Formats: sequence, C-alpha cells, structure tokens
Amino acid sequence: MIQTEVKPIVAARIGEKFARLKAQHKKALVTFVTAGDPTREITVPLMHAMVKSGVDVIELGIPFSDPMAEGPVIQRSSERALALGVSMADVFAYVAEFRKADSVTPIVLMGYANPIERMGLNVFGDRAKAAGVDGVIIVDYPPEESHELLKTMDAVGIDVVYLLSPTSTAERIEMVANVGRGYIYYVSLKGVTGAANIDTDEVASAVAKIKAKTNLPIGVGFGIRDGETARRVSDVADAVIIGSRIIQEMEKSSPDAAIKNVQTLLHSIRAAMDA
Amino acid sequence: MQMYDLPDARGHFGQYGGVFVAETLQAALLELKIEYEKTKTDPEFIAEFQRELKHYVGRPSPIYHAKRLSDDLGGAQIYLKREDLNHTGAHKVNNTIGQALLARRMGKPRVIAETGAGQHGVASATVAARYGLECVVYMGSEDVKRQAQNVYRMKLLGATVVPVESGSKTLKDALNEAMRDWVTNVENTYYIIGTVAGPHPYPMMVRDFNSVVGKECLWQMPEMIGRQPDAVLACVGGGSNAMGIFYDYIGREKVRLIGCEAGGEGVETGKHAASLTAGSAGILHGNRTYLIQNADGQITDTHSVSAGLDYPGVGPEHAWLKDSGRAEYVAVNDDEALAAFHRLCRIEGIIPALESSHAIAHAIKMAPTMAKDKVLLVNLSGRGDKDMATVAERSGLQFYCRASCQPAAKS
Repeated sequence: MIQTEVKPIVAARIGEKFARLKAQHKKALVTFVTAGDPTREITVPLMHAMVKSGVDVIELGIPFSDPMAEGPVIQRSSERALALGVSMADVFAYVAEFRKADSVTPIVLMGYANPIERMGLNVFGDRAKAAGVDGVIIVDYPPEESHELLKTMDAVGIDVVYLLSPTSTAERIEMVANVGRGYIYYVSLKGVTGAANIDTDEVASAVAKIKAKTNLPIGVGFGIRDGETARRVSDVADAVIIGSRIIQEMEKSSPDAAIKNVQTLLHSIRAAMDA
Repeated sequence: MQMYDLPDARGHFGQYGGVFVAETLQAALLELKIEYEKTKTDPEFIAEFQRELKHYVGRPSPIYHAKRLSDDLGGAQIYLKREDLNHTGAHKVNNTIGQALLARRMGKPRVIAETGAGQHGVASATVAARYGLECVVYMGSEDVKRQAQNVYRMKLLGATVVPVESGSKTLKDALNEAMRDWVTNVENTYYIIGTVAGPHPYPMMVRDFNSVVGKECLWQMPEMIGRQPDAVLACVGGGSNAMGIFYDYIGREKVRLIGCEAGGEGVETGKHAASLTAGSAGILHGNRTYLIQNADGQITDTHSVSAGLDYPGVGPEHAWLKDSGRAEYVAVNDDEALAAFHRLCRIEGIIPALESSHAIAHAIKMAPTMAKDKVLLVNLSGRGDKDMATVAERSGLQFYCRASCQPAAKS
C-alpha cells in the first residue's frame, strides 16, 4: 500500500476548540448570524461581542435568495442582507477583518450550494481559507452530492460539517460519520430553523446513536430559545447551536442596542450551560 | 432507435438532476423513491391510473389538424395535441392523479402543492377532492392576485390556498414554502410537485405520469397521417408538458424536439424566464439544472406574461436534452405568444393557455419556412379560460371587474 504523502491539511481551530472545552469540562456555545444583517457594519463587531459573551464557534450565514431549509426569521435576515447587496466577497471580507483581532475562534460559513458552485469550488476554497474560515455547512450538499466539495475543502484545510436529523436512517448516520469533519450538526426538529419546541429526551437518544458511530463532537440546533433548554441540551451534546433566537433579538432591538441585547441573551445562555 | 434510460439510480441526467436537499428531507425522498419503484410496475396501480385517465380525465385527448391556420401560413401542417380538453383544462391532471394515488397507497391523508398560474393547484385540489385527501396549496402572493379565478376554483374544490409573501412572491417562493411544510409535516403529508423539477424521484416520476401524452401521439399520428411528425413543439417553464410529449420521441431521432421558453419582454432585456436559452448551470430546489441567476449565484426575478412559465429553473432532463443536442430550445416573447393566442382564437375557435401559446407562436414562425407536406405537432397543453383577465388587460380592456374588486382609492 502506498502511503499518501499529502495528508489533508488539518483545520486546526475547530478541533482545538472542542479539545480545550472538553479538558475544561465545558460545552461549546455555537451561534449563527447572517453576514451583513441587519447592517453591513454590525457583523464584525457583533462577532467579537458574541465571543466576549462566551460564544465558542461562530456560524456565519452566506445570504441566499432561496433559503429552502430556513424558517421565516432566517429567511428575513437573508433577504435583508441581499437587499444591502451583501455578496460572497463581503462575507470573506468580514471574516478577514474579524481574524485581525481574533485568531482562535473558529468560523464556519453556512449557506446553500448555488452561490458556491457559481464562484467555483476551488476559488471558494482558496478565498475562504485565505480569509480565515475553518469550516463550511452547505445545507443542500448532502454527502452523496458533495464528493467534489469534500475533496476541495480537504485540500485547503476547511472542515465540511454535515447535518443529521431525527429522520436520518442508520445508513445515513454511518455515512455522515465517515465523511464528516469538525463536528456534526444535529437538527433537533423536523421542520425549519426557528421552529417551536425541542424534546430533549429525543435528542439524548439520537445523540447516543450518533456517538456510537463517531468521535466527532455533536452540536444540536433548531428550537433552542432559552438558557434552560440550552442547559438540558448541553447535558447530552457537545455543542448548543442558536440562530433564529439571536436574529429575533436583533429584530426587536433598536440599531444601537442590538449588540448589547444579543450579549445579554448569550450571557444568560452561557451561564445556564455552565451552571 | 436508441435506448434511453435516464435518470440513473440516484436521479442524474448526466451532470443534472440529483438530490440536493437538506438532511431533513432525505428520508422522505428515499421512502418516496422506494414506493414509486414498487408502484410503477404494479399491474393494479397501472390499471387504476389508466381507468382514472380514461373516465375522469377523458383520455385519450384528440389530435386536431389546425387546417385553417396551416393554410393561412402556407407551409407545414400544424397539428395540436389537445391537452386543453382534459378535465381541469390542462395536462397537469395526468400527474396529480398519479401522485395522489401514490399518496393514498402510502397512507398520507394530507397533500400539499405549489402553484404558479394555479393550474397545478387546481389539478391537485381536484384530485384531493376526488380521493378524499386534505389539500394545502402554496401560491406566491403576486400570483394569487394575478390568478384570482384559479384561487377561487381551488377554494371551491375544498383546498386551502396559502399566499406566500417571501422572496419574489411567485412560483419559486411557493416551492420553497411547500418544501418547508413538507419538512415539518413529513409523516402525514405527501408533496405533489407539479413539474419535472425538484429532487429525484420527482423529475422522473412527473415525466412518467405525463408521458401518456407522447404515448398517445405515437399511435394517433400514424392513424391520422400515416407517420410520425417532423417536429414536436411544447412550451417549457418547469417543462412537464414538454417532457410528457417529448419522452417517447427521444429515441426516434428523426423527430425534432423543440422546447419554447418564455422570452418575456425579450431575452436581451433581462426580463424573461428562458433558463435554457439564457441561463447557466446551478443548484436550486433540489436539483442541478439551468437557472436564471446573477454573478453571485443568487436566483433573479423572472418575467413572463404567462404565470405558468414564470420560473427561474427548468427540469434537469431538459438541461440534459439541451446539452446533448437531442432537443432544441428557443425563446418566444410575450408579444409573439399573445399574437399566437389571438390568431388561434380567431382562425380555429380554440382559446389556448398563454403558456401553450408560446409553442403555437413558434410553430407559426416555423411553418411558412417548411414544405406543405411537413408536419409540426404542437402540445396544446392547456386552455386559456384562466387567462381572460390577463389578455383583456393587455388589450386595454376592463374585464369583468366589479367595483368591489377594484383597488379602493385609485387616483
């Protein structure tokens, strides 16, 4: 057997972050915001502020015209960003700007396949890496359709994070366990982002099933709206993922208070998780 | 004759098609794929499907020689496949019957659908009533306004029509919203997609159910003229009526296949819905296909006088047929379609749907350049009753608009 000389470049930040948290007996708090929403100027300060409030990993949404898997809150955020003309180049620029002051917090870009294919996988991979991106979640690139993506991202050292859901079969759990990088995003509800309530008992049994197949950390998202739920989820998973709730907080805040209100929300969630 | 056996097991037509959907939908699509594979060869299912097509839809639909139109043009003979005579007024019902029967077999009491012009919504509401299923139809709020009559038809048939306010408020957004409903209610809900797009197995399944159109032409044309036509023409939005009539002709390479897209105000103006003629490859609504998109890969607004063609994507099999050269695709402008609409009304006494008028317009363009013994077969995919208000408005006429339906303060 020939030993391959070139190993995939390890996307260090995500793995290191989870290892460090594990050593500290802490769980990761992962937040999602859409790049350039509600204003272009808010994104980088918001990212730093979230880190200060105890966020461990930031998922930054790439705006898309047809976000099929999102509920109304994230749809609106995508529409607002597109109305401001936020492009892929802007998304990279925000990440590069953030990296000037933060070289440890992992950033995962989350979006849909079309804008990435349009740019070209190679160009996307190179530019994302150069900006300081650590991972990607492409909602409509399931493992079966993303061989090229995986190959391209492995080559530049960007983790491809895949999703699993309550309806995922044993075969699909195995497949994602085999190809997944960084962490696994467990979608805790049947439905779209921002949907109602989460059943933590169901989550616990699903996470156990996935854990049996992989050593990757497991993040749980969809339907986590407060500290209490976050705490119960963090008892059974490695990471708590919150998106719609943060965007809602910004929607109901005045522009000046948006960051402060998001921080207050995240402080309470972090405190509940660490209690 | 060549063997044609696309798509492959995972729904690919060459580089097009596939299953580009979130994990949350994978299990449902797998269940559907397995159920459809089992069902499509089940003699009992086939017999019931055919019985419904015959007694409920009124199939086979006739082919009509548009002799006065042909004589007027002085060239090739134009024949019309009369899908407009089907129950509900278009080809769409062929597919909704097939899928509703499948939903019933799968034990799903609730069906959902997306609709643009409202024809697929009406066809879905119709079969839901026929089989006793709950029906929810998603429709862009812009289309709800443009197609008020079809909205009322759906309500009469017992369906709930949900206006979609997101994005461009048209067909593509209705499709997004229907997908979201399906993800949420997948256990009791069957999603009836109305065109040959979306994730596998939909493009294949919708084509198969509509292929009855071409299958009938295969025996009807020899009965009428002793041979197959020289070309088959159909309008293409998502492309279900075109795939329906093209499919059985794909292997008969002497027959030209011509898809007519919505050129809107002209492809050069950017206000059109001609994804094959003027778009580029990308991923939307679960499949890789030709799309109308900007340089950033955002799906852009489309335009067509016919709501049913107003869609930024197209079925992946059409993308493959275009690249392989087996089919040709042309863009027909709003004005050309409208002119064809009026001409068919006046000279043949047939009021065609604005969608189908695009294919008729191209036949009108082609016929005079061809010899009189050549034959063009046009899929007259639907009737134009639903388009009365649109056509009247374009002609500057007030059509059946009582005071109560006028916007309140018009200055």
